[in-house]
Amino acid sequence: MKTLLVAESRQNKLLSGSYETVAFARRMDAEAVMFLVGSESDLPKFDGRLYLVESSAAGEYNPEEHLRLLLEVVAKESPELIVFLHSSYGWDLAPRVALALQASQISEVIDCDGGEMVVPVCNAKLQRVVAARSAMTVVTLQTGAFSLEGVPSGSPTVEKLSGENDTKIRFIGYEEAEAGGVDLSKAGVIVSAGRGIGKPENLAMIEALAKALGGEYGASRPVVDSGWAEHSRQVGSTGQTVAPKLYLACGISGAIQHLTGMKKSEFIVAINTDRDAPIREVADVLVVADLKQFVPALTASLENR
Amino acid sequence: MKILVCIKQVPDMESRFKLNAAGTWYSDQDLAWRMNEYDEFAVEQAILLREKIGDAEVVILCVGPDRVKETMKKGLAMGADRGLHIQDEASYDKDPFQIASAIAAYASDQNFDLIFTGMQSQDRGSAQVGLLLAGILGIPAVSTIVGFDFDGKEVTVRRELEGGLKSVHKTVLPALFTCQLGLNTPRYPTLPNIMKAKKKELVSIPVGELLKVEALTATTLTRFPDRKGGGVILEGEISDLTAQLMSILKEKTAVLK
Ligand SMILES: Cc1cc2nc3c(=O)[nH]c(=O)nc-3n(C[C@H](O)[C@H](O)[C@H](O)COP(=O)(O)OP(=O)(O)OC[C@H]3O[C@@H](n4cnc5c(N)ncnc54)[C@H](O)[C@@H]3O)c2cc1C
Ligand SMILES: Nc1ncnc2c1ncn2[C@@H]1O[C@H](COP(=O)(O)O)[C@@H](O)[C@H]1O
Repeated sequence: MKTLLVAESRQNKLLSGSYETVAFARRMDAEAVMFLVGSESDLPKFDGRLYLVESSAAGEYNPEEHLRLLLEVVAKESPELIVFLHSSYGWDLAPRVALALQASQISEVIDCDGGEMVVPVCNAKLQRVVAARSAMTVVTLQTGAFSLEGVPSGSPTVEKLSGENDTKIRFIGYEEAEAGGVDLSKAGVIVSAGRGIGKPENLAMIEALAKALGGEYGASRPVVDSGWAEHSRQVGSTGQTVAPKLYLACGISGAIQHLTGMKKSEFIVAINTDRDAPIREVADVLVVADLKQFVPALTASLENR
Repeated sequence: MKILVCIKQVPDMESRFKLNAAGTWYSDQDLAWRMNEYDEFAVEQAILLREKIGDAEVVILCVGPDRVKETMKKGLAMGADRGLHIQDEASYDKDPFQIASAIAAYASDQNFDLIFTGMQSQDRGSAQVGLLLAGILGIPAVSTIVGFDFDGKEVTVRRELEGGLKSVHKTVLPALFTCQLGLNTPRYPTLPNIMKAKKKELVSIPVGELLKVEALTATTLTRFPDRKGGGVILEGEISDLTAQLMSILKEKTAVLK
């Protein structure tokens, strides 16, 4: 089987997630060529053919042009499988490519089972096994699901393509996250509040527990989006990545984007009314309880210790 | 201006799921249904825009069985002008390409200036339908927007990337945008608006009149994941639970000195 791996770069830096596509190709025991809109100054360590387009020419986010270039490579290589990461770049470009090729697309693959792909559904409470019915298949891989053993090595045979940066969707610029706020990566203990806290007033009990444990409080995205906590406290793929000695997830279901930010914590405790909440997958202890009763009670026992 | 918002009805994710008889999807019995969370931001953005520019019509569209009309009424109560229901008892079995094709078949001669979808559905989560729809209609699309502004001519959007980074883009209309969490603050329908919504137009079209393509993917089976995590589960009285957790923390972590 032949695969076309789509690597990613941002501001001329290769994104390390690109190697997850290589890990996937190895797992499939497939031949691989790679495509990258990026920079010659930071090439992927990969033994094989690399189609390279300078992002100074094609733009970093220019889906129409990236689609055109990818189709050019597909015409040359005739891959059976085109592999993206399920990232802001991959989930945007993959359906465009699939549609142009009348190929099937399977999103957020976490495992493969022969030729069939396994994908999580319903916040990972269930899994689907999906088969393609088309000659060509496009997949996007859940970030972190496939990883290379050892450090990447190799050097590609580069074939350059030229791109144009003319598009209906004009790129104006990047906006960095606001600097400042709390640096959660320094905290030894983090107690995080999820949507399960119900109302902003209940954040106080999460803060009190964090204080009793000598740590900081964090939050899941809905708590931040609702304006109940500042963005610097958000844990997850679009927030901070943390690995404290102890992480307490209070009223957090455990969506993959949240897990990405905290699953490397040394010890994880989850407090949730739902015994099947997916946070259970990473928790060392799951306390099945209403946080509104449990959290103040725990704080009190810590203070009376 | 004509604005289309695609919404999907999904089960509450805190539900206890069971599998259907064929073992290909969850059983739709005994579930609480709601609007896909991402789509609430899409509806809200359309209403905000109509409030800003005045002269606009907001149409909400949903593909699914008759029960989805309840969710569509929520969209109408939030302020959408009318609803278009593509009636399909087996929508769960259609792949994203088919859903997008059915919507495109309806939208192709309606001259929508703007289309909003969610970035992904909470149950299926393919993040494909919006981009496929734009592709079939041949209009530009930007996914995962967390900021939207229209100056009368051009749209400026903020697109969310990883780790807090965003990118800013401008595009002309017609165009499609897929909405990410936090784009705005979806409103709760008020009682008077819920009453008004009952009188709004909600037309159903059988999916067979619109869908002419075969699926590109097929679900072999749906299953419960193997539990890898061998964590301890504590259940019972609050006072027992705190005592148990305290002793686990003392034993297993260095944080309780
Ligand atoms: C591209 C992208 C990026 C994202 N980035 C992030 C990110 O960086 N960080 C992030 O957190 N999310 C992120 N998300 C959102 C993520 O997918 C989830 O929507 C989010 O993490 C859910 O937050 P939650 O667990 O607090 O809420 P929910 O999923 O609503 O879960 C609430 C939980 O609380 C429990 N609960 C309810 N009441 C109680 C009670 N009284 N006591 C105890 N438990 C209770 C429920 O059983 C449930 O499990 C991102 C999503 C996307 C698509
Ligand atoms: N059955 C449906 N009816 C209407 N819109 C849908 C349907 N399924 C998906 N969508 C839209 O497409 C978006 C992405 O869905 P998905 O590709 O399933 O992740 C959703 O947020 C909806 O806006």
